[in-house]
Amino acid sequence: MSTYNPNFVPPAHAPMPLNGNNFVNGVQGSVPQQPGGPPPGQQYIPQKQPQQFQQPPPAAAFPGAGAAGNVPPPQQFKSGNTNQFLPPTSGAATPLQQLPPSTLPPHLRPPTVNGPPITNGSNGASSANSSRTASPRPIGAAPQYAQGPIAAALNNPPLASGLRPSPQPTHQSLTNLTSNLENLNLNTTRANGGTSVLPQPQTQLQYPPLTQKDGRGVASAQTGPPQFNDAKSLLAASGEAAAIVPNAMATPFSVQKPPNLAPNPAKMYGSASVGSRPTPAGQRIPYGVPPPTNPEQQSQQNNNLQNAPPPPRAGAVWPPSLPNVAAPGAQPMMPPAQQTSQTYPYSQVYQPAPQQQPPPPQPAVQPPPPGMFGTQPAGAPLQYQAQAPPQGYGQHPQQQPQSAPGGPYGTSAPLNVAQQGFSRLWGQDTIDLMQNRHILTPATLPPPKVVLHNQFHESINCSPSIMRCTLTKIPESNSLLQKSRLPLGIVIHPFRDVNSLPVIQCINIVRCRLCRTYINPFVYFVDSKMWKCNLCYRVNELPDDFQFDPATKTYGDVTRRPEVRSSTIEFIAPSEYMLRPPQPAMYLFLFDVSIIAQQSGYLEAACAVLNRHLDEMPGDARTQVGFICFDSFVHFYSMAEGLNQPHEMTLLDIEDPFLPRPDSLLVNLKECKELVRDLLKQLPKRFAHTHDPGSALGAALQVAFKLMQASGGRITVFQSCLPNKGPGALEPREDPNNRSAKDVAHLNPATDFYKRFALECSGYQIACDLFLMNQQYSDMATISGISKHSGGCVHHFPLYQKTKPHMVDSFRSCFKRYLTRKIGFEAVMRIRCTRGLQVHTFHGNFFVRSTDLLSLPNVNPDAGYGMQISYEESLTDAKTICFQAALLYTNSEGERRIRVHTVCLPVTASLPEVMHSADTEAIIGLLSKMAVDRSVASNLSDARDAFINATIDVYNAFKIAQNLPSGQSGQLIAPRSLALLPLYILGLLKHPAFRVGTSTRLDDRVYAMDCMKTLPLDQLMMYVYPELYKIDALIYHARNSNISSNQDDDEDEDEPLPELPRLQLSAEHLDSRSIFLMDCGTLIMIYVGLNVPPDVLEAVLGISSTAELGDYVYGLPNVVSNENDVLKRFILRLNYDKPYSALVQIIRDTSTAKGQFIERLTDDRSESSLSYYEFLQHIRAQVK
Amino acid sequence: MFLPETATFCITLLVYGAILLLLIYYVLTLADLECDYLNAQECCRRLNFWVIPKFGSHALLCVLLLLGGHWVMFLLNLPMVIWLFYELHRQRRDSLGVYDPVDIHSRGLLKVHLRNCMIYLGYYFVMFFVGLYCLISSLIKGDPIKRYEDDEIVTDF
Repeated sequence: MSTYNPNFVPPAHAPMPLNGNNFVNGVQGSVPQQPGGPPPGQQYIPQKQPQQFQQPPPAAAFPGAGAAGNVPPPQQFKSGNTNQFLPPTSGAATPLQQLPPSTLPPHLRPPTVNGPPITNGSNGASSANSSRTASPRPIGAAPQYAQGPIAAALNNPPLASGLRPSPQPTHQSLTNLTSNLENLNLNTTRANGGTSVLPQPQTQLQYPPLTQKDGRGVASAQTGPPQFNDAKSLLAASGEAAAIVPNAMATPFSVQKPPNLAPNPAKMYGSASVGSRPTPAGQRIPYGVPPPTNPEQQSQQNNNLQNAPPPPRAGAVWPPSLPNVAAPGAQPMMPPAQQTSQTYPYSQVYQPAPQQQPPPPQPAVQPPPPGMFGTQPAGAPLQYQAQAPPQGYGQHPQQQPQSAPGGPYGTSAPLNVAQQGFSRLWGQDTIDLMQNRHILTPATLPPPKVVLHNQFHESINCSPSIMRCTLTKIPESNSLLQKSRLPLGIVIHPFRDVNSLPVIQCINIVRCRLCRTYINPFVYFVDSKMWKCNLCYRVNELPDDFQFDPATKTYGDVTRRPEVRSSTIEFIAPSEYMLRPPQPAMYLFLFDVSIIAQQSGYLEAACAVLNRHLDEMPGDARTQVGFICFDSFVHFYSMAEGLNQPHEMTLLDIEDPFLPRPDSLLVNLKECKELVRDLLKQLPKRFAHTHDPGSALGAALQVAFKLMQASGGRITVFQSCLPNKGPGALEPREDPNNRSAKDVAHLNPATDFYKRFALECSGYQIACDLFLMNQQYSDMATISGISKHSGGCVHHFPLYQKTKPHMVDSFRSCFKRYLTRKIGFEAVMRIRCTRGLQVHTFHGNFFVRSTDLLSLPNVNPDAGYGMQISYEESLTDAKTICFQAALLYTNSEGERRIRVHTVCLPVTASLPEVMHSADTEAIIGLLSKMAVDRSVASNLSDARDAFINATIDVYNAFKIAQNLPSGQSGQLIAPRSLALLPLYILGLLKHPAFRVGTSTRLDDRVYAMDCMKTLPLDQLMMYVYPELYKIDALIYHARNSNISSNQDDDEDEDEPLPELPRLQLSAEHLDSRSIFLMDCGTLIMIYVGLNVPPDVLEAVLGISSTAELGDYVYGLPNVVSNENDVLKRFILRLNYDKPYSALVQIIRDTSTAKGQFIERLTDDRSESSLSYYEFLQHIRAQVK
Repeated sequence: MFLPETATFCITLLVYGAILLLLIYYVLTLADLECDYLNAQECCRRLNFWVIPKFGSHALLCVLLLLGGHWVMFLLNLPMVIWLFYELHRQRRDSLGVYDPVDIHSRGLLKVHLRNCMIYLGYYFVMFFVGLYCLISSLIKGDPIKRYEDDEIVTDF
């Protein structure tokens, strides 16, 4: 049945190929040789496409190259690789100044330098693959940044990277900022601005240039790796240090931004403004600080403060005190109390840049507003920040001795302030949701960071955009999880386009012999010969070649291997991983040519796009394509050699379909390109005058299956009406008068035909993708079965008409992306978890072949998956747990590859910690998938109730966990990590997938549910809760820069866009003089107020008054003006992470299309649904 | 009525025995699936093949007992027949059988199936002995060895 051995057992002793047999892609001649030997048994294969990485980094960036000397490489390997291992000692301290990377401690050393290859994971076929893979940049250009290849790609704002490294707060810094610093400085203006310098010994060590900025001048003689967990956080806390932290833990794989864009996109981090934006005073949010929520921590803090823990310089003292820390995220943040007499580093970190933001005068004492439990006055965070004098930590609490009334340590005010400040730092503060309705702030948006124990704190976790867990600290037992009432699961985007991915080829891939886990950064090395699997705890032997460090010609230092350094890695699989030769790329297109299809006219657009991008489809010389059309009959097209035009054959017997001829239906694309182009040109004309109302989809699928059976591949189905002929014929089920009814019927498939078909396909490695371009009800619920169970994807273009240019554009860009994106054939994905956990339920499009193995005949880069995790046994003994996803696939060049993602999370026994570590977005992602299952298995109202109950349960659990007083107190206390839950849940309840009371076509609803199951998390969040921006700031920014940019055009190119704050989706933010932009994922709506000044209209849209706008305007007009240009750049940036660029719609205030905009303002009340505030009150009333 | 009592119970016993053997096969197959020795599709195809025969034989048995007037045995068998019928008919329209390869691995369904099989095994095991008791009691009913007919018993020589 299955073509692949699910266990991928490589033979124990694979013969070692000699003389460079294991080169792939034939690159050895093309890349300049580096001195020093390449690793034996392992070579990095630079891929073809990414130009940026094919050029060898400058020798200066590779100090180890010189140190390795001219040692000839081991004989069996030719050294034509771009990358290689470097010795750990790497030339001692001589090149220290120019070559800072080499002075890093080994585990902090960026993979760029140390060897993990800088290759691009996306395959070479597509220059148009996506903008993600564009904008190449040599990595060696920014040696000071010393980031991993991955981190470098994202952390450096392009062009700013090599030139002015310091003042740009980057992605990385923003991530950390938002998680750390913003807690202190909660009003929306942040004054960190990258001007402050963190006087950390680590910083000095790693980055000699920085030490010069350090005022303290201490600890410059420090050696050795940073020992504390807090090193990272501390470094991260300053905008500048974060930019150079080599350990790009938070977002190692975030993609490189295109030039001209600001380094920190607001879409990811909300309104992370960099200082210059004026602070609207009304937006300050008084964040609650919990009263002593965790007595243990409190006492710890007291101890730490009073017992004078060693200062961070004393690296020898701290580590022993840390390993048994229960709260790794907490304690490392402790301020060393002894430093109170010295310069306190934190104060420098948090000190506002004086020129940017003069500290506003604050009243020293503010009583807490009534009804706010454990919160602080609105000004308090600012107070803390503004009054922190650089000279001492211990002083400023005394300046505001009563700022925290009512605390249990009220007598010792300094402690209290520290408490609150640090509880914010750790993300342990609470918010009264009833008091803070404007909850969508930068402080609540970013995902919580995973903080690991000491042992692994330097190991880079998998990027959250690839794999995320709903809890960043795993409860140690099932009962603890039940107490928290939170769902446990992971959401994963395994085949995401990443910019740089270490790709390695080794003779034998090191895996655990018991559970077959791939070696990863979180394994424990017992000694130089043994490693302990972190999933099943078996002690395994290391193969000899794994210990060999090829650069130094020594054995032993296994930690330098890329497998151990990077959590996302791709192996080129040896032949043991295939049961048959890798298949070629096979594409078969099925076009519906019935009369309805002809009326919609999709065929012209589809054929045109296909014709244009025929060469860009991923594949090699063996690529084959075929075309089948169907109405009441099935039409085949034979493109045999020697024919000068394609021959059509029509199959009339659709009840028992067969192939009219065995060959020439699927033809080699390279050899028959002219015939294929000819056919694509003729097809729309051929059926232009058809009057056949039938659609024999079932029969067409059956013959397509017969055609593809031999090799597997991809079947793309275009369907525009209900299949009504032959096998698999369906009846219309939807009652159009019942579209807004409370209970939605027919969410289930009507027949098992399509499901059976998909399962059969899955067995033969065939995936079916569906483009539904229907005019009327087409039973998406049933037809989409062909994609659901065969690992395909579904696209829906309701009411597609060739007369609607915006729909055509939208379809074209979608179809183009579909054709040119990467594709993995005959794939399987296995999810492994640490012993004690197991995957309970899978969500997504695939077939589950065994308990943890997903069969994915095709895998595409836009598919996301979700898994619910359950407990098999308690995790009391484990300090950390891991999830590993391994995706084995054949790429379009016929190469077998394994992509491995590993994520490691700490285990905790404390309920509050679990609650505070929740990741709201991942929870929403998982809940929405579970709700789809619930609506299909039971009914929609059950699913809606489940949403509301989940929210109530979570807050109830938190109340119990925090020991808050019960009863109706008029408050709804939420941990900051879960503050956005009601907002998103309300968005889900009003989403087309789950809404009731609003007229929703059944197909649209089913498609929305399908999206919930298959969208990757970042797109899902945009789908559930669109991003709303007020773009006035952009326009003013454009005007201001207008003057300056006249002098120097190049400067203008570099200029980052200002960060815009995300607004909550409520009409209260709208005003008639501004322009708003809402990004819903595949649609961007620009809402133009009634009274927008004419000059703004003129500059942005090229019109003089809003009356000139039509009701339905699509596309941003081209106006030669700065404002228009800036808006375009902003939209470009919003589109950056999407599979294809969104359609832009302009809506004037009085337009009939306004309803589309208003409908998405989910915070507001509508006829049939609650407003956000009402929803909160409902929740509060239920929370006992 | 149309079958002698002993024949009815003989059939009962045979049916129970066959179902017991079938259930052991079910458990083994499911265990194979759990241990990943078997593909989900293959496993479900094997199991679904026997679902109808199992239900049918038990339903026929019920009818037989009812016709034979064995009320107690009939009532003992009825719940299981009703349950099996419900299991067959609660499937969704796109389901591929009681054991659906698509979701046998999700929501812990495999565990549920295994547990159900164990419960069936216990039930049929008990019922097997009940049937055996009935058979024996029906065999010895009416004094087949003629203990109490003094004439026939030769007690002394």
